Order: sequence, then structure tokens, then C-alpha cells
Amino acid sequence: MELHSHASVSVPAQDAPPLSQEGKEKSTLQRKNSRSRLQNIMRAIRRSWAGYLFLLPALATFLIFVWYPIVLGFVMSFQNVDMINPPAWVGWLNYQRVLSDPLFVIAWRNTFEFTIYALIFGYIIPVILALLINEMRHAKSFFRLAFYLPVMLPPIVTVFLWRWIYNPDAGLLNSLLALLHLPAGLWLENASTSLPSLVVVATWSAAGSTILIYLAALQGVSATLYEAAEIDGSNLWQRLWNITLPAIRPVMLLMLILQVISTMQVFVEPFTITSGGPQNSTMTILLLIYNYAFQQGEFGRASASGAILFLVLAVFSLIYMRITRNFMQGD
Amino acid sequence: MSLFVKDTQEPTVRSRSLRHNLFRRMQDNTDASERTLISPLTLQRPVSRTLYWLVFILLALFTVVSLGPVYWMFSGGLKTSSEIFQTPPTFWPVHAQWSNYVQAWQVMGLLLYFTNTLLLALGAVILQILVSATAAYALSKLQPAGKDVIQFCFFCTLMVPPVAYLVPQFVNISNLPFINVSLVNSWSGVLLPEAANAFNILILKSFFDGIPAELSEAARLDGANSWQLFLRIIIPLSRPALAVVTIFTVVATWKDFLWPLLVLSDSNVQSLMVALYHESQPNAGLPFNYFIAGLVMASVPPILLFLLFQRQIIRGINLTGLKG
Repeated sequence: MELHSHASVSVPAQDAPPLSQEGKEKSTLQRKNSRSRLQNIMRAIRRSWAGYLFLLPALATFLIFVWYPIVLGFVMSFQNVDMINPPAWVGWLNYQRVLSDPLFVIAWRNTFEFTIYALIFGYIIPVILALLINEMRHAKSFFRLAFYLPVMLPPIVTVFLWRWIYNPDAGLLNSLLALLHLPAGLWLENASTSLPSLVVVATWSAAGSTILIYLAALQGVSATLYEAAEIDGSNLWQRLWNITLPAIRPVMLLMLILQVISTMQVFVEPFTITSGGPQNSTMTILLLIYNYAFQQGEFGRASASGAILFLVLAVFSLIYMRITRNFMQGD
Repeated sequence: MSLFVKDTQEPTVRSRSLRHNLFRRMQDNTDASERTLISPLTLQRPVSRTLYWLVFILLALFTVVSLGPVYWMFSGGLKTSSEIFQTPPTFWPVHAQWSNYVQAWQVMGLLLYFTNTLLLALGAVILQILVSATAAYALSKLQPAGKDVIQFCFFCTLMVPPVAYLVPQFVNISNLPFINVSLVNSWSGVLLPEAANAFNILILKSFFDGIPAELSEAARLDGANSWQLFLRIIIPLSRPALAVVTIFTVVATWKDFLWPLLVLSDSNVQSLMVALYHESQPNAGLPFNYFIAGLVMASVPPILLFLLFQRQIIRGINLTGLKG
């Protein structure tokens, strides 16, 4: 280290005149270097043309149908867009109007409420069901199929089926309650039960795919761990807490974020079953955006609320990405 | 014990064929491990056995919750219009009206909507595979300069659900930039935005990455160009991954509702789900038992697809971690 620094200092001091020459040489060398670097890049690009050609269809569709509309959404949120007149810049007006709209607050509150209910119903139950199904020695694939069947139904079929089930007069739910001599309910017509009723629909139709993911994770738990723990005299709960749950914890964390992201986009259930009512008790943020744009023709206002939804979802997505990265590294 | 036997079988399976080998690798997750929380030995004890069957009954009860509504729909489609509103309801229709299905098919004109949806699904599969497989191939095998940046730009869109830019997307397709073309009421308005699917690229790229480099090098030595390598080597070897993408695309197109509802307002071009939504409106005046029969018919294709391709679908869910 010391030797090196000594040499580098002493060399220029000894012969001063050749320094400039050396510097010139260096600069031409650098120029040559940079030229050859440029050439290298050109060569790399020329070598890559086949790759770019194969990427062209995807680049074009992503550019026109993903990146451009995302940017357009932010641009439109500062414009007055009615699809008839050319758009006019309005500054922060759309955001001001959206934020001062009492429905906007109600819609976000309902959306968060929906998400929390959906987690209460739909987060722990699939874990427990998957744990139980995994222990079954009989009819395991039947259970898997039975729980997954509702997932296969198209959402439109699911919502109209459940609207019928919730029907106060001829619906299955009230008929069953009558059979058990329990009072009937106005499930969708009552502002206090409408939102939880929709959460039941959403959970019923989504739980199956969550169960499948947990079952896959459970099958990855190594059998030798269980055997070793059993030889060491552990009981069932100790094995559950110390082997099974830690093994599926990364998946559970991922599912938590994914379920939050997907339930925040709830639309079909309130749109078709309750149209946001009664008394806006099922008005969700996406339904409000839909109404702004396609009922009132206020595309700018819809874009402003869309931009806010975008940012909220992006926060959760970033958390998701962080977790997946940690998960991959930890693997 | 049987786990041990499976291990010894592995080499013979491997030597069979490369495609089979790749196929197996994708399946790793679906193979059941034999030993779970409770050991087989414990289960032989009477107390454990009783508990086991109690859990079994509990699961069976949950199955009723899960399957009951589906059964209710199937039996409802067979009831007369008075029986379907009868209280208390009949568990099984007194006189099963199989003619409901024929009537519903004709009254709602379902032939048109089934055909429309099938054609949409076909178009979606062709377009999505074309777009995603070429991109995945370029990223995985050709690796052009700057591929990391391009890949990042693709996979970033995984974080943004399409509904977050629903409104600008609609404005976009009703007047495409520069060419000023409107895709409203045309199937390309439904198909093109869905062709930009980063999930497909992710699935296919990770599969292509698993194809050994020696194979493509050998093909290159034999004088194959990029296109021939893609068509003759990569695509034939990737049938399991392409199957996953195909099945998911068909099911997703079949179920899709919000975007087709916005784009396809003309009833001649509508998909089945959009048509069903319009039939559900009070002013459609459709007898309710016919409507339920229509719902049943609309759910038969995805259920059949699932029963036929259960393995591929489960594998796909494990690969992507979501969807379904």
C-alpha cells in the first residue's frame, strides 16, 4: 500500500515534460476506449436485433395498453374530460372536488370495512381448513374439489345466485332460518347487514383458491422434521406451533397482502347485488369511480379518485414486493 | 416408506424424456408428502381415531356450505316458475323441468353469446400466447442488450391491477393515440388490453429458463436461426407451461365481466357474462327459472374445464400464487 503510493507520487516528479505527452496518449487512449465502448454497445445492439424483434409485440401492447393509460390517468386527473369537448386543464380542482365529496369518504370507509371483514372471514378460515384437509387420510381430493368448485363459478353467476339466496321472501337463507324457527332477515335491504352479506359472497367464492395455495405450502413441509420432533417427544400443538406454522408463515404473509389488495378492488358484488345501497352502505371506491365516469360522465374526477386508489394499492404492492424478495432470498 | 420408493423411481423417470422431466419439475409442489402433523401410528389409537372422524364430519359440514349454493342453483334451474318462489322451498323439484334449459337457451339467444365468448377466448389465447411467448423467449434465450430494464418494465405492471387505470384505459381505447381509432364495440378492445399480461411472461420465462442452454446451442450449431429455435425447440418443449397459460386465459376470458361490459355495449358482440347481466335487469322481463337455468349453463364450461384440467390448474395456481 505504502509502496504503491510512493511510486505513483515519485514518477511524475522525476520527468515532468513527458507528462503532457503521456496525458495526451492517455486521452487518445480514453477516446479510443470510449469509441470502442460505443462500438461495443452498437455491436451489442446489432447482435440483439432478433431479440428486440421478438420483444416488439409485447413492448407495443404494454406501451399502448398499460404504460400509456397509467400516465394518461394521472394527466386526466388534472383535466376536465367529458369525451365530447377537448380536455381542459383544471389544476387540482378534480382532487378538491373528490376529497370534499362526502361519498368519497363513505366509499373508502366501506372499502376498508369490507377489507377488514373479508380478512376476519376469509383469512384464518382457509388456513384452518387447509390444515385439517391436509391431515385427512380419506376423501382428500374430494374436499379440495368441493372447496374449489365455487371458485370456478363465473363472478356474475355467483352474485346472482347469492342475490337469490338472500331474497327476503323466497331465498334459501330465510327459508333455512324459518326451518330452524329463527327470525328472517332483510340481508341486503338493511344498511347494517348489507356489507357483511356481500363479504360472505366474496369469501365463499374466493376461499377455495386460498385453501389450494395453503395445501401446496403444507405439502412442502418436510416429513423428517415432524418425525424428529415426535421422537423428541413433542405433542401435536408443539409440532403445529414450531414446525407447521413457521413453515407456512411466508405464504400466510403473502396471502394477507394479496387478499388486502384484491378485496380493495371489490366491484362486482356491490355493483350487481346492491348497486351501492341501501343508503350507500355498500358503496365501494371502485363503484364510485365507475359511477363518476360512466354514470355522470366526469372522467377527470374519476381519474383523480383512480389516481388515489392507484397510490394506495401501490403502497400495498410495494410491501408485497419486499416480502416476496425477502421470501426468495430466505429460500 | 412410500416416499423412499418414489425416490428410487426418479432416475428412470428422468431418463424418459426431457419434456417429461421439465413437466415433473413444474409438478413438484403438487406431490403429496406422506407424513403430516399426525403420524399414522397416532391415528391407530382409538381416541385419535374418534377425533379424526369428528374433524372429517366437520369438514363435510363445511363442504355443505361450499357446495350447497351450487346445488341450489342446479336444482333451481329445473323448477317451474311457481315452484322456484315457493315457501318453504322444495329440496328437489317436484317435476324436473328439463325443458327450462331449452327455453332459456332460446329466449336469451344464448347460442350467440356462447359463440361470442368462445371466439373471444380463442382470440385471447392466440394473442396472449403470441405476445407473451415471444417476449419470454427473447428475455430468457436471446437476452438482447438492455433486457434487464425491459424485464423490469414488464414485471412492474404486476404491481398495478388493471382496475387502477380502468377509466383512462376506456378513454384510451375509445380514441387510440395518433391513429384516432375507437375500439369500443369491437373485440379487439377487449382482447388487446388483456394481451399485455406480465403474469404470462413470468410463467413462460421461468419455464424457458429451465430449458438447458446446451439444447439451444446445439440447435444454433446445426444452423438454426432465432425463429427456428423458437418454433422447433422452445415451443414444443414448453407444452405444459403453454397449457397452464391457455387454461387460465380461457377461464379468465369466460369469467371476465367489468371490462367487456364497458367495451361491448352493442348486444350483438357481447360476451355471455355481459348478456347475463343485462338479462338480470328488471326490465328484461325474463322468467326467473329461465334466468337461473342460464346461470347454470354459463357455469358448466369453467367447471368442466376444471374437472378435465385439474392438475394443470392447481399447478398454475401454485406457480403464480394467485389467480383462479
